[in-house]
Amino acid sequence: MSRAYRGHVVPGATRFEIPDCAGNPYTEEAPFKIHGGCGLAGIMDVTGERFSGREIRVMMEYLHDRGNGLGGGFAGYGIYPDYAKHFCLHMMYDSEGANEITEEYLRKQFEIVHAEPIPTAVVPSVQDNPILHRYFVTPIGSLLEERQLSEADFVVDIVMAINSGVTGAFVASSGKNMGAFKGVGFPEDMADFYRIEEYEGHTWTGHGRFPTNTPGWWGGAHPFTLLDWSIVHNGEISSYGINSRYLEAFGYKCTLRTDTEVMAYVFDLLLRRHGLPLELACAAIAAPFWADIDRMDEDRRTLMTALRMVYGGAMANGPFAIILGHAGGMIGLNDRIKLRPLIVAEDGDRRFIASEESSIRAVCESPDKVWMPKAGEPVICNLNEDVRPAESRVM
Amino acid sequence: MQIDAKGVYYKELNEEIRYAIDRGETEIELVGVNGQRYIGGGLRAEGVTISINGVPGNDLASFMNGPRLVVNNNAQDGCGNTMNAGKIIIHGDAGDVLGYGMRGGRLYVRGDVGYRVGIHMKAYETHKPILVAGGIARDFLGEYMAGGVLVVLGMNGNGTPTVGNWCGTGMHGGKVYVRGGVEDHQLGREVRPFELDDEDQAELDEILEDYCGEMGLDLADVKSKPFVKLIPYSHRPYGKMYAY
Repeated sequence: MSRAYRGHVVPGATRFEIPDCAGNPYTEEAPFKIHGGCGLAGIMDVTGERFSGREIRVMMEYLHDRGNGLGGGFAGYGIYPDYAKHFCLHMMYDSEGANEITEEYLRKQFEIVHAEPIPTAVVPSVQDNPILHRYFVTPIGSLLEERQLSEADFVVDIVMAINSGVTGAFVASSGKNMGAFKGVGFPEDMADFYRIEEYEGHTWTGHGRFPTNTPGWWGGAHPFTLLDWSIVHNGEISSYGINSRYLEAFGYKCTLRTDTEVMAYVFDLLLRRHGLPLELACAAIAAPFWADIDRMDEDRRTLMTALRMVYGGAMANGPFAIILGHAGGMIGLNDRIKLRPLIVAEDGDRRFIASEESSIRAVCESPDKVWMPKAGEPVICNLNEDVRPAESRVM
Repeated sequence: MQIDAKGVYYKELNEEIRYAIDRGETEIELVGVNGQRYIGGGLRAEGVTISINGVPGNDLASFMNGPRLVVNNNAQDGCGNTMNAGKIIIHGDAGDVLGYGMRGGRLYVRGDVGYRVGIHMKAYETHKPILVAGGIARDFLGEYMAGGVLVVLGMNGNGTPTVGNWCGTGMHGGKVYVRGGVEDHQLGREVRPFELDDEDQAELDEILEDYCGEMGLDLADVKSKPFVKLIPYSHRPYGKMYAY
């Protein structure tokens, strides 16, 4: 890959020389144009075969111009086979103090099987990174009994407690055999910073951010995660207020200063806690129009009417294209009127989802099949049943 | 001449194309294209053909004035954005907002097209944009359309409706021809289906003949199903919106 990127306004970087176009009648783009739009991508192997993070990095590199360097990140699944039975907490700390307080708290909640700094590399454009640690943990048995919680609910409570209660500490991810690697920078810089090419996973998602409404900060980069759920998102959840109030009633705390967070929690609520089949959860989030419901047969109409009434607070309004990563694969979903791009491809055992077809073709020159999914209809890419981990809750 | 676009950033690629045209090249073949934006963007030239191998990036031929572009693969989103004149032939599928605000020229796609195709398309005197899709079109076809002609053939049928819902929403000018017809519920409230009159038929025949010639399709096959015409039935649907 020798793509010479020029003309991006990267904080702290030198702007490139404006080419001398005098005499050329076709001078085109303004030299400092920021295209914008956010970019996302996902790649997986349905047989569970693990492959390096290099490919998702290339996919995101081709979407470079969709972001502006104020957020980049990745989620990898199947990357920690040696600790696959343990929850892995990826932590970000603003200070040694926050690090100490949080570690003391974690030791009281969990048996920490292994702890270490998250390995990073020196990347000149990546600056002001927080302290990055990861912990492979299991909830302390007596505390589970005392709180009458499942392991997953226990972990959710701890994540919410840290994110809302410990100043300068933030949980980047908390699932089993997965992790989120994210921060402020272009996605390919984040990939190099976190050395994701050195990991192998069966499913990878990536994101390049173009922040519109909320600040670009390390915790605000995508993916947003909870347990093994991870969300990368292009768009805007205009219903954030309704969704966050709805989620608060179920104990979720929306503290990350961004709209996308609610999507991760809504999927956790609908799929894990309420046990909805995936198709219904997606229909609750990207709900069909009442006019379309009116034309359905009676059974379907009854079901969809009930779903919209019960889960009105979970409906996501506004433009979105998302990829939900989870222990058993990934799912692509658009808003119901297709206000953001999303394209999908299949090639043998590989599945691809991206904002632009070129991102897919950068790692798979001629896929067996390429198509644009219908608005509001989920594209489900599951691991084959024989290799799907027990954590996979997607029906 | 041939330009190898593999790994070349879009700005350099587009500069190279412009300089080639300045030097008098009339046949340019791009190979190894993948995702470069604005190919053909703003080009003002007559008698120039650019053939593209690989998937060109967003806003292909935006503001283009005259050249002929042939895409031998799929195209991404925003193709023909505010295009003035020229011709684009796409042998694969094309994405969303195809022909956005298009003001002239022709845009032919062999395969399916995405959402909001022909949005804000407009016409003035002799400038009449024409867009033909051989496959299906998704929702919001011809949204806010003010002029020009959209034709959707639905030729690659697998049971998917030829056009999506909200077709012609906000449309107040131009025409949409749909092969095989549409259901009432698919239409926006500003448009109604009509039978073609002689003038329409002559206009459509000329377009189809040219399209089939470019795509190597059998004209009789394309014309084997009847077409329906969608036009706005109210001149100014929101004329009174701010009047009270």
